[in-house]
Amino acid sequence: MFEQPLLQVKNVTKKYGAGCQKCAALHSEVMIKNYCPVCRTVYACRDVSFDLYSGEILGIVGESGSGKSTLMQCLYFDLETSSGEVYMESSEWQGENLFYLSAKQKRSIRNSKFGMVYQNPIHGLKMEYSAISNIGEKLIAAGNRNVKEMESIGNTLFREVEIPLFRSKEKPLHFSGGMQQRVQIAKALSNNPPILFLDEITTGLDLSVQANVLDVIKNIQVEYGVSMIVVSHDLAVIRMLADRTLVMLDGQVIEKGLTDQILEDPQHHFTQQLVYSLI
Amino acid sequence: MKLIRHFAYFDEGAKKEIRRATLKAVAIPGYQVPFASREVPIGRGWGTGGLQLTLSLIGKNDVLKVIDQGSDESVNAVSIKKLVQETTGVSCTDDTRKASIIQSRHRIPEVPLTKEQIIVLQVPEPEPLRDIEKSEHQTKILHAEEDYSGAWLQLFEQIMIIGSTTTHANHPVVVNNRYVMAPSPIPRFDNEKMHQSEALILLGAGREKKIYAVPPYTNVTSLAFDDYTFRVENFDGKACHLCNATDVFLDELVNEETGETYFQCNDSSYCLERLNKKTSREEVEVNV
Repeated sequence: MFEQPLLQVKNVTKKYGAGCQKCAALHSEVMIKNYCPVCRTVYACRDVSFDLYSGEILGIVGESGSGKSTLMQCLYFDLETSSGEVYMESSEWQGENLFYLSAKQKRSIRNSKFGMVYQNPIHGLKMEYSAISNIGEKLIAAGNRNVKEMESIGNTLFREVEIPLFRSKEKPLHFSGGMQQRVQIAKALSNNPPILFLDEITTGLDLSVQANVLDVIKNIQVEYGVSMIVVSHDLAVIRMLADRTLVMLDGQVIEKGLTDQILEDPQHHFTQQLVYSLI
Repeated sequence: MKLIRHFAYFDEGAKKEIRRATLKAVAIPGYQVPFASREVPIGRGWGTGGLQLTLSLIGKNDVLKVIDQGSDESVNAVSIKKLVQETTGVSCTDDTRKASIIQSRHRIPEVPLTKEQIIVLQVPEPEPLRDIEKSEHQTKILHAEEDYSGAWLQLFEQIMIIGSTTTHANHPVVVNNRYVMAPSPIPRFDNEKMHQSEALILLGAGREKKIYAVPPYTNVTSLAFDDYTFRVENFDGKACHLCNATDVFLDELVNEETGETYFQCNDSSYCLERLNKKTSREEVEVNV
């Protein structure tokens, strides 16, 4: 008996352009990487499928422009997908393709089931509002109307991500990059989402701060059992966090498997290149 | 050259377009209906939205009252009154009870309005979510998806930083359990007058080109958290120094010589009415 995946992603495609007969086939010969010179369509993500199980961390690696972030934004409903399906294990939306839900329903899923940490905190935080209000925003969106309760949830999370409480009422604008990132993580966690998306969360942070942020993530996973999808081009991050890993290139998944397996015994020549360039 | 002057300044087509937007606004309580805000002989931001509503509504038998921050005699109120009077010939009044259309800036009169009356409010910024989201395209989506976390967030931030909500005027309201609406910069004191109001409330923003409405007998609730309830301005133990009214919105004034503060009714016609009643009662007593 196999466990039911928490999130099933099937054939997600995001293209910019109409597409044509020449590039419709998956391994079309006319394509230059992910670009079709005939109809000038760019395939940001192409036919991506994977399952996410409860409590696991799934890593997605790939070079810049391979479609990692686009995939995350599609799953978080920031972008409209061109085609594909996504199913979530839940009493409410069982068996329904989430991409077909109304914008309002998607918003409700985003606010109650998902958490997102963007590469750039500007996208995930309201920089002009205090850190605690940023936590409040997510809780308000999920329907909470009790100030004291929201404040105490916020303070608990700040302790968790090591933000000193005496700075909780300051604007994230005045915080360092690492602190901003930790506020974002606290915000994403605020309503106990079963699924967390982490998009290049350590990029642009120095090594000691990186380690600190990764520690926080690892603790959270152990403590809350949240499933996470971690996008990174940094193999060290993937090695530390992810149980299973997908390798993306030109919008497509070229290899998937256990993280150790992929890092120790890469099959695809691009993965080999990626892994050996690290050492 | 023969100069044709239209009744109520606008040509019929213009009035028709404004009325059509108004009808839509009444049909969708709290929803901001875009309209082609026209040029009027006052500057944008000086009540052009309200004026356009008034001009499109007014008929020959109407009686108009215009108030500006509770005062019938402020420059803006007087010049709007003059313009409407000159282009329509209708009569104007200061008496809230006698008016059929009341155009107002920043106040709803103290005298309860009736179902025979329409109150037109001038609105500088119709979008309650504008501070949180600059793009009109985005705020329209937020309204459509009923995502009002931004409006709540502003109140939350005020509580976090200052300890209580600090909206003096323009405290956002939910109309008919659906749209969050800027009630125009009326004090919180007047928010409650919108709830189940007998009179039709129309709101016009000329510069922002929006008309919206609260139809009679509609539920209007001010945004408030469970543990930080909505409270109106508190005038406990204070009374108008002229007419001794206590249950009204008071202005705080300072006596420049002594430095003492004293209070006075903000609604000048209401105060005057009470004073007149008082003096006529006193005269009667003297005569007896």
